[in-house]
Amino acid sequence: MKSTLLHQARLKQQIWLDMMFRGLTRLSAFGVLALLLAIIASLVMGSMPAIEAFGFHFLVNPEWNPVTDEYGALVPIVGTLVTSGIALLIAIPVSFGIAIFLTELSPRVLRRPLGIAVELLAGIPSIIYGMWGLFVFAPLFADHIEPWINDHIGAMPVIGPFFAGPPMGIGILTAGIILAIMVIPFIASVMRDVFEVVPPMLKESAYGVGATTWEVVMKIVLPYTRIGVVGGIMLGLGRALGETMAVTFVIGNAHELSQSLLMPGNSISSALANEFTEAVGELYTSALIELGLILFFITFVVLTLARLLLLKMSKREGKST
Amino acid sequence: MNAPQITNPKLIVRDLNFFYGNYRALKDINLDIAEKMVTAFIGPSGCGKSTLLRTFNRMYQLYPKQKATGQIMLDGGNVLDPKQDLNMLRAKIGMVFQKPTPFPMSIYDNIAFGVKLYENLSRNEMDERVEWALKKAALWAEVSDKLKQSGTSLSGGQQQRLCIARAIAVKPQVLLLDEPTSALDPISTAHIEKLIDELKKDFTIVIVTHNMQQAARISDFTAYMYLGDLIEFGDTSTVFTNPKRKETEDYITGRFG
Repeated sequence: MKSTLLHQARLKQQIWLDMMFRGLTRLSAFGVLALLLAIIASLVMGSMPAIEAFGFHFLVNPEWNPVTDEYGALVPIVGTLVTSGIALLIAIPVSFGIAIFLTELSPRVLRRPLGIAVELLAGIPSIIYGMWGLFVFAPLFADHIEPWINDHIGAMPVIGPFFAGPPMGIGILTAGIILAIMVIPFIASVMRDVFEVVPPMLKESAYGVGATTWEVVMKIVLPYTRIGVVGGIMLGLGRALGETMAVTFVIGNAHELSQSLLMPGNSISSALANEFTEAVGELYTSALIELGLILFFITFVVLTLARLLLLKMSKREGKST
Repeated sequence: MNAPQITNPKLIVRDLNFFYGNYRALKDINLDIAEKMVTAFIGPSGCGKSTLLRTFNRMYQLYPKQKATGQIMLDGGNVLDPKQDLNMLRAKIGMVFQKPTPFPMSIYDNIAFGVKLYENLSRNEMDERVEWALKKAALWAEVSDKLKQSGTSLSGGQQQRLCIARAIAVKPQVLLLDEPTSALDPISTAHIEKLIDELKKDFTIVIVTHNMQQAARISDFTAYMYLGDLIEFGDTSTVFTNPKRKETEDYITGRFG
């Protein structure tokens, strides 16, 4: 009799603990959502003065003048998009090469050390990339590569104007290249991981009908893993869009719109990092917060597009190609 | 070992040894594969039957530390010759695996994939080739109205016939089947076995199987292997009804294996 009472008491306690635990997990899950909404709300509220003052013109206005209190986001928006674009343009083929080499071509003894080296690259703090970019890469780039770019690509029709300009070392192109180096480990390691899950028998089947390694990679491995590959690229893009320190060091931080990629520019995140401490006056601070809101929005759109793309791909895979 | 009388060998294997690193997985194998007949390799797991099959199209070469020595003669050339063009070899010797492995593309493209590697066909010719291969693999009736659908949307048995169609679309001379029905249900298995019987009119077929009844049903010649040795090789009826070696008899009567 006594033991059943004890048992009942323990059972009661357990039920209560279960409820507590369920409540806690729910709180954690919804807490994240609440935090996200709170951040959006504070960004929107903080940027209201700027939104009221400039409206949609803010997005296309290249002016950024704290003296006259006139602010426009065009320069940092373009800078963010162009540097991230350059970064992906360089990083995707390089990462693809790394991943293919590590999964298909590399001798077994080299796989682990090379794979670890790529992952270590991702562990370097971004400020180190910034310092290295400013003190080592930029001078080398200015002395040896930019003059060559000027002479050879700068003279070409159509694309020439993008590569003309004084060889200063810092600028949009340099920031893009540094960003590329920073996102390569992310994209390459995701690509390698997804390439590794391709069943060996599937690859053997393709080799079995006489395909070469190139054909197996392009027509079997890549289609089989495309969702993971796009995911890896999006991860890299996410990092490139928001990267602050390394970009601030090498982008030049000039609120100027210039056609040439060799000229200094600005990105949203580096404008924020540089100017928040100096921002006096409600409108200045509010304009910066609105920049933050725009960055948030761009990242959100990129992720949504990626999701939609993946959804479309998996649907197509299910039905017809 | 009493070798059967094979007057028209398609593949002639002589003194074949195979190594995984230092481990010798095949020991001095000698046998002939008869043209347009079905030859079955049977034996317990790890006996080397799949390994032997994978030397014929040098699939082992994808993996470092695996190597074969000896001779496998096909049309007067040695398959194991380092100068042998692997892609051309695999155009002559097709392969189907334990599990269905449709490529991540449409049914049509699954078939056209291999063909495109060797031949430059017009759209019409390719359509005809795809239809021909699917008919040969007894799959046309089931998929003719959904060629644009993904190959992975088919059932397991259909996928395996798709893989067979893919292999024969290249018009190989030899078809290697590595336990092609081990992942299939009995009805799909029966389909494939019937298909193999049809296909031997046009192709030389070598099949590895765990299923002795299957070997007895569909093959003309049977090779029994154990621990890397070819124990007995002969007419299927002889091997199953009147084996020369005690080991073979023990295995096929189920006393061992």
